[in-house]
Amino acid sequence: MRYPSDLKAALAELTASVKLVCFTQTFDCESCLPARQAVDQVAALSELITVEEFNMVLDKSQAEAYGIERVPAVAVVGEVDTGIRFYGVPDGHELVSLAQAILLVGSGDAGLSQESLTRLAQVEQPIDIQVFVTPT
Amino acid sequence: MVSLAQRLAFASPHITASAVGAAEYPDLVRQYRVNGVPKTIINESIEILGVEDEASFVSHMLEGIT
Repeated sequence: MRYPSDLKAALAELTASVKLVCFTQTFDCESCLPARQAVDQVAALSELITVEEFNMVLDKSQAEAYGIERVPAVAVVGEVDTGIRFYGVPDGHELVSLAQAILLVGSGDAGLSQESLTRLAQVEQPIDIQVFVTPT
Repeated sequence: MVSLAQRLAFASPHITASAVGAAEYPDLVRQYRVNGVPKTIINESIEILGVEDEASFVSHMLEGIT
């Protein structure tokens, strides 16, 4: 899956429910509506994908629960929340990344080498990874 | 790098991974001096510019935090 046009076929392989939890706000957020539209576009491709939307200003307790401090933000949540987030508008290649994240949390398989899994098992302190991207 | 970071987050309860759209967050772009993408920031301090393979990235991450 490399292009947005491949998304539907890829997401057809989803076998477990995945929730996209969107955080937006009404004022002072030009990218919030496009972000929500991108999420809806992906969610429309599989009945197993559901969307929840919270208002960053009004639903503060939810924002805190998901550790969200900026909008627009999307948490990709499977059976449990494993800390996968998208900030900004997930369009272009990021739409593919969002679909990959959905398949990841829905599949239960990280697809990492045994060596990486062994090394990760020793991690006990919090690690936060931010990857800056542009939608090209 | 987004997919790799998110697979690591999926595999470890201690790891979180965010994809951040550079266009929507100019303040973060300035804060982390993002002048190319993908740029990866680990625990607000370790910086990786460009793409790394899984084994190198895991090494980089674990060396940086311990």
